[in-house]
Amino acid sequence: MSARRTGTIRIVNRLGLHARPAMAMADLANTFASAVRLRNGEQVVDAKSIMEILMLAAVKGTELQLECEGPDAEGCYDALARLVANGFDED
Amino acid sequence: MKLSDIIVRDAIVTQLASNERDKVIAEMLDALVAAGATPAEFRDHIYQSILHRETRGSTAWGKGIAVPHFKHKSMQGLSLAIGLSGHGVEFNALDRQPVYSVFLLISPEDKPEEHLQAMEAICTNLSKETFRRFLRQAHTPDDVLTLLDEADNQLIR
Repeated sequence: MSARRTGTIRIVNRLGLHARPAMAMADLANTFASAVRLRNGEQVVDAKSIMEILMLAAVKGTELQLECEGPDAEGCYDALARLVANGFDED
Repeated sequence: MKLSDIIVRDAIVTQLASNERDKVIAEMLDALVAAGATPAEFRDHIYQSILHRETRGSTAWGKGIAVPHFKHKSMQGLSLAIGLSGHGVEFNALDRQPVYSVFLLISPEDKPEEHLQAMEAICTNLSKETFRRFLRQAHTPDDVLTLLDEADNQLIR
């Protein structure tokens, strides 16, 4: 059974979505079977790819659409949304 | 952000001498220092910090590329060095493959937006197979500069 969960997340850490957070995000996303995408306007990237996440250049305050689709979409969304909301434990 | 605006011409190393990560980073950082793009007095601190950063998570994200980087308070602007290796560098890559193209970025501490824009420009191009192939075919710094100029002008697909 496949589910879909989408919502808006906000980058809150001072340094934005730089390499370390991007790596943490891709690492976590890759633990789920669901497809995970991040959308910023027209731009859509694969949240399982560090390089694609970095192509967003998302500074502090940026709002992104998080889209999870697959058998574990709910848990995937919750885990990633929490990581982002916690500022990747940076500041 | 344009790659042409942050590349340090004298820090384009088209034939890296070493095939070990730490020595390659030293080679490229020393080129930045020699070019006056990174302060010599902080060279050792920056070097150790980049290595420490790599141990916390490799920036060799696959496809034969690596993007080691660090932010330091002494930097006024962003400086990019590029190192190319024909034989490949052992870089502890996520896909366990050798690295052929290294982009070393040193950024100011207080300009996170500019750092993100530089990483965007680097990743956007390094994610393109064509760009990676042309880079591996570059023999001289001028070849690399020409490629970066084409990339900045969206001529590489």
